Amino acid sequence: MGRSATTKDAHALFHSLRSAYAATPNNLKIIDLYILFAVATAVIQVAYMAIVGSFPFNSFLSGVLSCVGTAVLAVSLRIQVNKDNKEFKDLPPERAFADFVLCNLVLHLVIINFLG
Amino acid sequence: MLFQLIQSTLPGKEKPGFDNLYFFVKKKQGVQTERRVIVVVGGTKIVVRGGKLVAVGICIPVEVISSLQNPNSLTVEIPNSDPIHQIRPMVAAKMEKSAADLPASPGLSSVLKSLKLKTKQQELLIRVSVLFLVYVLAFITRLFSILRYESMIHEFDPYFNYRVTQFLTQNGFYEFWNWFDYESWYPLGRIVGGTLYPGLMVTAAFIFWTLRFLRFAVHIREVCVLTAPFFAANTTIVAYFFGKELWDSGAGLVAAVLIAICPGYISRSVAGSYDNEGVAIFALLLTFYLFVKAVNTGSLAWALASAFGYFYMVSAWGGYVFIINLIPLYVLVLLITGRYSMRLYVAYNCMYVLGMLLAMQIRFVGFQHVQSGEHMAAMGVFFLIQFLPSHQYSRPTISRFYVVIIKAILTSSYLVQVFNFLDWVKYLLDDPKKFHTFLRFTVTSAVGLGAVALGVGTASGYISPWTGRFYSLLDPTYAKDHIPIIASVSEHQPTAWSSFMFDFHILLFLFPAGLYFCFKRLSDATIFIVMYGLTSMYFAGVMVRLILVATPAVCLISAIAVSATVKNLTQLVRSKSKPAPAGSSKGASNTKASSKGSLEQSMPFGRNGAIALLLGALYLLSRYVIHCTWVTSEAYSSPSIVLAARGAHGQRVIFDDYREAYFWLRQNTPPEAKVMSWWDYGYQITAMGNRTVIVDNNTWNNTHIATVGRAMSSYEDEAYEIIKSLDVDYVLVVFGGVTGYSSDDINKFLWMVRIGGGVFPVIKEPDYLVNGEYRVDKGGAPKMLNCLMYKLCYYRFGELTTEYGKPPGYDRARGVEIGNKDIKLEHLEEAFTTSNWIVRIYKVKPPNNRW
Repeated sequence: MGRSATTKDAHALFHSLRSAYAATPNNLKIIDLYILFAVATAVIQVAYMAIVGSFPFNSFLSGVLSCVGTAVLAVSLRIQVNKDNKEFKDLPPERAFADFVLCNLVLHLVIINFLG
Repeated sequence: MLFQLIQSTLPGKEKPGFDNLYFFVKKKQGVQTERRVIVVVGGTKIVVRGGKLVAVGICIPVEVISSLQNPNSLTVEIPNSDPIHQIRPMVAAKMEKSAADLPASPGLSSVLKSLKLKTKQQELLIRVSVLFLVYVLAFITRLFSILRYESMIHEFDPYFNYRVTQFLTQNGFYEFWNWFDYESWYPLGRIVGGTLYPGLMVTAAFIFWTLRFLRFAVHIREVCVLTAPFFAANTTIVAYFFGKELWDSGAGLVAAVLIAICPGYISRSVAGSYDNEGVAIFALLLTFYLFVKAVNTGSLAWALASAFGYFYMVSAWGGYVFIINLIPLYVLVLLITGRYSMRLYVAYNCMYVLGMLLAMQIRFVGFQHVQSGEHMAAMGVFFLIQFLPSHQYSRPTISRFYVVIIKAILTSSYLVQVFNFLDWVKYLLDDPKKFHTFLRFTVTSAVGLGAVALGVGTASGYISPWTGRFYSLLDPTYAKDHIPIIASVSEHQPTAWSSFMFDFHILLFLFPAGLYFCFKRLSDATIFIVMYGLTSMYFAGVMVRLILVATPAVCLISAIAVSATVKNLTQLVRSKSKPAPAGSSKGASNTKASSKGSLEQSMPFGRNGAIALLLGALYLLSRYVIHCTWVTSEAYSSPSIVLAARGAHGQRVIFDDYREAYFWLRQNTPPEAKVMSWWDYGYQITAMGNRTVIVDNNTWNNTHIATVGRAMSSYEDEAYEIIKSLDVDYVLVVFGGVTGYSSDDINKFLWMVRIGGGVFPVIKEPDYLVNGEYRVDKGGAPKMLNCLMYKLCYYRFGELTTEYGKPPGYDRARGVEIGNKDIKLEHLEEAFTTSNWIVRIYKVKPPNNRW
C-alpha cells in the first residue's frame, strides 16, 4: 500500500519537477549541471576512500573539499544570478561571476597547497 | 549644490510674484537653512520670506546662484528647459530657520568657510582627523613601560615568541616551518614548527623585512616590542568601520575612541607584551566585521575576505574556536528569529568552506576542523543550511520533493512501521498550507540524523571530545579537580567584580544601555553584536584572561549607547524652542513638525535639560579617560621581568635580577649546559640565557613537569637521582625573601607538589602542611624544611639580616623567621646568587668517588 503511494507520488513529483525545471533559463541549467558534476565527484571520492582507506588524510580532505567547495560556490553564484531573487536584483551578474572566479581561484590554490 | 528645487508651482498666474511662488526644496544634510529664498525665473528675481520648509518629492536639478557667504539669501534658478508652467502644483511649503545657523564654534566654522569647504567635506575632514588622533592615541598610550624602563620584552611567553621571531628572520621561513628545537624539554625536544601559532611571528618578521627593505636598520627586538601597539591602533580603525556598519559613523567614532584606551585590551597589548593576543584581537574584530559585512551585502567577495580574516585569526591564537562557534550560533539564531535569507546562505557557506580549508594549512590546527568536537557545531550548521529550501522554488513542489526523499529512505528500511507515517504525509501533500509543519519536521529530522552521526562519531572516538582547556570554560570546576596545570595559572581564575570595574569602568553600565538600543533597532548586524557581547561576557566571567575577548563587544555596544544618546540630546539642543508651525502646511511637513513638537512635549525640561545631560555625559567620558590612563600607567605597564620599588627616601629602586642571572648563565656556563627550573622561567632562560632547559611554559608534557616537581619536592638524595637521570648541570630557583617579592618559588611550591603528586603518588601534599597550613618557620613540616626547594632557596639565608629589628633569616615575603637555618648541600653547590638574592643558581656536582 505504501509502495504504490510512494511510486504514485514519485511520478507526480517527477512530472511537476520536470515541467517546472524546463522553464528555468539556460545559464541556470548549466550551473545546475556543474553542481551535479561536483557532487557526483565528491561521492565517488568518498566511495573510493571507503574502499581504499584514508591514509593521506590531507589529500582526501582536499579532494572532497574541493568538490564541496566548488558546489557551494556554484550554488551561491546561481542564487546571485537568478533573476527571481529579489535580494540580489541590483547585483550585476558580471560582478557575481567575478566574485565566483576569485573565490574559486583561492579555493584551488589552497587545495593544491593542501594536496601534499 | 546646497539646495535642490524639488517641485514648484505657480497656480493660475502668468507672471510669478513672490507670494504666489511655492516650492519644495530639499535641504542637504548639515546645511544652514536660510530665511529668505530668492528665485530667479528667466532673469526675474523673486524673493520669498519667512515660513517653514519641508523637503519631500522628486528633485529637478537647479542651479544655486548664491552661496554660504550670503547667509540670508539663497538663489535658486529654475532651468529654462522646464518652464514654470509645466511644473505640477503642490502644497505650499515653508522654510524653517533652524538653530543650526548658530555655529557652535564661530572660529572653526569661519575657518572652514574660508577654506570654501562644503559641508560634506567638512564632515569628512572632522572624521578623518578624529580617526587619525585616535590612531595615534591608541599607539602612544601603550608606551609607558618603554619610557620608564627601556624597550624590552615583558613577561614569560613573549620571550619564546621573540626567540622564534629571531630564528625566523635569521634562517628563513622554510627552516622556521620545519624547526625542531633541541634546546627545550630536554631530552624530548619540541617540534616548534608544528606546535605554535605562527601568525604573530610571521607578522613581525614581515614588518621587519619591509622596514629593512626601506633601508631602516631596525633591530628585530624593536619591531617585536612595538608590534602590539601598532596592531592596537589598527584595531581602532576596524572598530570604526564595524560601528559604522552596525549603527552609523558616529557610533563608529565613539567605538574607536573607547577601544583605543580600554584597559581590558591594553592589559595584553602594551608595548613589550609580544604575545598572540596583541595580533589576535585585531584579527578577531576584522573577521567579525567582514562577516557581518558579508551577511549584510550577500557578496561572495566579502565572504572571501572574512575567510581570510578567519585564516589570520587561526594562525594567530588558539581562541579562534570562539569564532568558529559563535558564527554558527549566530546563523542558528537568525534561523530561529526568521531572518534566514539568501545573503546569509552565501556568506556562511563561502566563509565556512574557504575558512576551514585555509585554517587546515596551519600545522598546529591540522585536521581539527573535521575531527574535534569543538568544531562540530560549524559543520552541523553547514549541513543544516544546505537542507533549507531556497525560496525561489514553489513551495508545494519542494515539499513533495522532501516527501519523496524521506519516503524513499524510510520505505527502503522500515517497510511496516512507516505506513501510518506515509498516510500522514500523503495528507500533508494535499494541503500545501502544512508546508511549515513539514519544514519543521524536515529540519528536526536532519538535526536528528546529524546528532546520531555525531554521537556515533564521539562514541567511537573518531571525533575527539572537548579538550580540557575549552571544557573548563563550560564547567569551571573541571580544571581544579582534573588538570592542576590549568588550574594553577592565575589568569585562568574566575573573574571578580572588581576586575570588571577595573577593566571596563563606565562601559560596564553603558553595556546594558547599548543592548537596549540594539534591541530597539534589530537587524542582522545588531543581532550579531548582541550575541557576541553576551557570549563573551559569559566567558569573561569564567576566566579573567577572557576579559580581553569581551572588550571589543563591550566597546562597540557602549559606543552605540553613547552615540544614540548624544545624538538625541543634541537634536533636542538644536531644535527650535517655539512650538509647531502655523496653518496651511500639510503632508509630510506636518508629521515631521508635529513629531518634533511631541518630542519637545515629552521632554519636560527641554533644551536646558538636554544641555545638562550632555555636560553629564562629557563628565562621565572624561572620568573614563582619566581612569584608563591611570590604570594603564599603574597596573599594566610593568615589564614583570624588571621589578621596581620605592626606596627609603622615595627614590625608585630597580631590581634587574632576572636578566643579571640569565646573562650570567649565558656567559659563565658551557654552551651545552642544561638548566632545571620550574616551568615559568623556561622561555626566558632559552631566550636570554641561551641554554637548554628541561621544562618550559609550553607545558605540553605533564609527566615531564611532574618529574621536575617531584625533584624539587624530594629530599636532596632522591632529587639527585632524578637530576642525574635528566643530565642536569644547573638548577635555578627564584627566591623573594630578601626583597619581599611574592611571586617566588616558595609561594609556588604547593603547585609543584600538587602537579608532581598528580603523577607520582609518592609525593603527598599533606606531608608539607601542618594542620592544613603552609609554613616555613620553626613550626613547618619536617619534609617541607628539608626538601630540595627549601634548601636551595634558603641556603646561607640564615646568616643574613634582611630587616632592621628582625632576627637573621627573616623571610620578608612570608613575614616569618625561617625554621631551618643550618642548611648543608651535599650534591649541589652554589654557583651564583643575584645582587638582591632573587635568582639563585646552583651547580650540580658530579657523583662522589667511591674511594
